[in-house]
Amino acid sequence: MQLDFISGLFVFMLATFIGIEVIRRVSRLLHTPLMSLTNAISAIAIVGAIIVTGEQRTTLSTVLGAVAVFASTTNIVSGFLITDRMLKMFKKREPGK
Amino acid sequence: MANLTQLIYLVATGAFILSLKWMSDPKTARNGVFAGVGAMALAVGGTLLYPEIVAYRWIAIACVAGAIVGVPLSWVPLTAVPQRTALSHAFGGLAAGLVGTAKYYTWLGEGALTTFRMGAISAEVLLGFLTCTGSLMAAGKLQEVIPTRPLTYRNQNVINLSLLGLALVIAVRLVFRPEMSVLFPFVIVLSLLFGVLLVLPIGGADMPTVISLLNAYAGLSAVAMGFVMENKLLITAGALDGSSGLVLSIIMCKAMNRSFTNVLFGAFGQVQTAGRAIEHRTAKTATAEDAAQLLENAHSVVIIPGYGMAVAQAQHRVRDLRDELTRRGVDVKFAIHPVAGRMPGHMNVLLAEAEIPYESLIEMDDINPDMPQVDVALVIGANDVVNPAARRDPKSPIYGMPIIDADKAKTVLAIKRSMNPGFAGIENDLYFAENTLMLFGDAKAVVGQVVKELAGEQGHHESTVDSRRSSVTP
Repeated sequence: MQLDFISGLFVFMLATFIGIEVIRRVSRLLHTPLMSLTNAISAIAIVGAIIVTGEQRTTLSTVLGAVAVFASTTNIVSGFLITDRMLKMFKKREPGK
Repeated sequence: MANLTQLIYLVATGAFILSLKWMSDPKTARNGVFAGVGAMALAVGGTLLYPEIVAYRWIAIACVAGAIVGVPLSWVPLTAVPQRTALSHAFGGLAAGLVGTAKYYTWLGEGALTTFRMGAISAEVLLGFLTCTGSLMAAGKLQEVIPTRPLTYRNQNVINLSLLGLALVIAVRLVFRPEMSVLFPFVIVLSLLFGVLLVLPIGGADMPTVISLLNAYAGLSAVAMGFVMENKLLITAGALDGSSGLVLSIIMCKAMNRSFTNVLFGAFGQVQTAGRAIEHRTAKTATAEDAAQLLENAHSVVIIPGYGMAVAQAQHRVRDLRDELTRRGVDVKFAIHPVAGRMPGHMNVLLAEAEIPYESLIEMDDINPDMPQVDVALVIGANDVVNPAARRDPKSPIYGMPIIDADKAKTVLAIKRSMNPGFAGIENDLYFAENTLMLFGDAKAVVGQVVKELAGEQGHHESTVDSRRSSVTP
């Protein structure tokens, strides 16, 4: 899977514009959960970390990769869990009250 | 097989975008989390199909260890969410930096360092490591392990920028001569150092902007990793994260009427404290009993929470107060300033935790036109965001910053620990205004007292928060 520099830039630019448009519409109420969610999403770095660890080219790269997998997994797990925990708290007014 | 992985990545990218899109409304937001989890599972699954991956043992061990650490990290109290967020930016940066380093040495050994690869690695390592230490500093400040005030020294901007410049020069040198491996550790060390020095001079009140900015950096380091690994999914997901951080930083800067450069290099809060004559003005104080009377006789009350409410963990008492008042037919709303607290949206999460329905949480721009009709504005642990100097004193360092017009309410009740000026060291005229009554003490204790007064109306008189009782109504 080859990726040349220019295609990479195209992908990057388009994704950034989509990101800006989508994020601008996020309710201000939810900015803290949004940040924990994007935390978890940026732990996509795990993809690179898994490849580096799994290739087992050198001991150094395997060790560094494994630490990176560890750090990313921590972010994925805690990021998604805490986002969900916070979102569960946002309730509408109960009709009886 | 390779195409299958790419197809899986494509689906994952779509799901990530949907995940963020669903965050636009609290009703659909939880679907956003599920979409995100699904996308991440696809991403990891697709990656494990890679033919290059020959061993799974270390991946599995690291994943399990990460999960073991990650689960308790999600249980932190909501007042500590800013620290946790900063810490996870640090982990994100670390992961990017380490993968870049691993790739550099692997390709160096194989003689496979092209100019393109070296450029991408340099960007990844620089961004990754500076995000890592910068976020650790931010987390330390938020946890108050490191002093939250701006730590400054002479020529700090010159020193910081020369460090960054030096790191960039070395990185560029490496791009053209990747085999000069002796230089590579310098890039790492300089980025780590720059991250520390970048955040040290930034004060606690600017943390919402800094956290958002570091969020963007963490995303960008994932993008750089995408160029290193030639992986489109990394680029798209990283770009989504980066743009989120960027949008949030812009919102935070606008809410403070400051520019990026000012936040990063301005060392807010150290200049204006010096040389300011302390005026001996007296503020009117009130007791919890007075406050209770005022509040229950009001038609409409707007509560303006700030970081002080979070520090005192007062949100549950505030909710009791709201319930007591609502029961008496008083209209209670909350006015939320975008930079109240230590990260974007911090107040909303705390109040939601206290089970206050989110329809009662009103944004600054929506509530300000109504402020002159409000009977009582109750300021709990907020300071600069209600300082009228921002509107009328061109010499004030916060002049021009949009504020919640608490001073326009008929009566202002302000709960504050002491008369000391707030974080920015700026005196607040609101406390000395004709229509303002001060309630001194810990926010949680004071609100608790007021609630008690309201609940036990005719009965006993609890000892009030402050004995310095004075005239109540103007």
